[in-house]
Amino acid sequence: MLKQKNYVALGAVVFVAVLLLSLPTRATARLKLAVSSLFLPLFGLASAAQQLPADLADSVLPRRELLKEIDDLRRENQQLKEQQVQTASIARENDQLRTLLGWQRQSPWKLKFANVIMRDPANWWRTVQIDLGSRDGVQTNQPVLTPEGWLVGRVISVGYLSSQVVLVGDQNCRVSAMVANASHDMGVLTPGGQLDTSLVQLGYLASTANLKPGQEVFTSGLGGIFPKGIPVGKVVDVQSVEYGLASEASVKLNANLGALEQVGVLFK
Amino acid sequence: MSLFQPILILSFALLTVFAEAAFSVPRHWLGAQVDLLPALMVYAALQADMFTVSLLAVLGGMWLDSLSANPLGVSILPLLAVGFPIALRRGLILRDLPFAQLVLGAAASATVPALTLLMLLNGGRHPLVGWGTLWQWLVMTAGGAVATPALFTLFAWFSRTLGYQPHTEVGFRADREIRHGRILK
Repeated sequence: MLKQKNYVALGAVVFVAVLLLSLPTRATARLKLAVSSLFLPLFGLASAAQQLPADLADSVLPRRELLKEIDDLRRENQQLKEQQVQTASIARENDQLRTLLGWQRQSPWKLKFANVIMRDPANWWRTVQIDLGSRDGVQTNQPVLTPEGWLVGRVISVGYLSSQVVLVGDQNCRVSAMVANASHDMGVLTPGGQLDTSLVQLGYLASTANLKPGQEVFTSGLGGIFPKGIPVGKVVDVQSVEYGLASEASVKLNANLGALEQVGVLFK
Repeated sequence: MSLFQPILILSFALLTVFAEAAFSVPRHWLGAQVDLLPALMVYAALQADMFTVSLLAVLGGMWLDSLSANPLGVSILPLLAVGFPIALRRGLILRDLPFAQLVLGAAASATVPALTLLMLLNGGRHPLVGWGTLWQWLVMTAGGAVATPALFTLFAWFSRTLGYQPHTEVGFRADREIRHGRILK
């Protein structure tokens, strides 16, 4: 039997749910950020706890190994410095050629690194939260890459201390991409399978597209969010769709989206 | 009314949502994250009052949605749709039987994601749904089913350890015992 207090409880919960669902998007986003900030101390504790074994291992590492590691890092640093000099000279040459041709100069990418602090608890979205927010200058729609420079996704909402990033392969992150072949075939990256986060589909390709497994896929720069030339992945498989009127390719992403720990937010 | 049980249930809900977002071990191994809120709702509906059930639906749903790309509030009604009928009929349920808990946990863990997806699709959202969703749904159902009796055991232990113990009145009192001696004639 429904008692009066049960009616009241039921009505109150339904009212709250309907009220929340009918709020304007901006108000909902702010409320979401406010509620999710409740978890920030817990995430801080969790990351500190995860860091503890590594710190302990570092503290008991033998001196000989530490010296070897320092030596390796010095060598790597030297190599990187040499590469930087070469890259700078190539960039200068590129700028001079662009000036001669009257092309617009490309602004260099700047990456600000962030830690992935959580994943979407729902199975039907592919998002992660990172520990950079509006305090660090992050804005919505900024591209997000791995430290290696591979495409991860874009920022969809920004809080003061953290931001939400939608990953490639989610319905809300469609990317215009280009295949590195002679005809530079272009398509749009759409979600792949639910279980395998490493595969996405490159759809809306022309039926005449000359795609082969192993070809590299980059962002095309169309769409205005992702700059041209960010490596996405490699073509794995090509199939004809829409009764042969179009082609679709499976693309294996370079970035391991299931094990993201650190990402870089791209500032132009 | 003791606030111990509502606080315990809500604290556990908060930690559950946090753990689902922070640790993705089931996702790595099984391809799906197990949601423990439906199992917790079954426990609340069978053991707590309607106030706790309502609070768990609202706060649990909001906490989950705040960390997810779900629209805020979409998880509240599915949780309530599971908890409310169970709470109303709990007098008819053999709630102390682990098998009954397992079946209710499975039903709740299957219903909540299905209703949430239905609400998302009705609301014009585009969640990732396909054949792989069936596997994820099975994992969530099985995970929730196994977790429900475990939650009952865990909460019983918490209640024994942290809660007030009921004062048991013993009928026998040594100072009021009537001793029958030998009747002397």
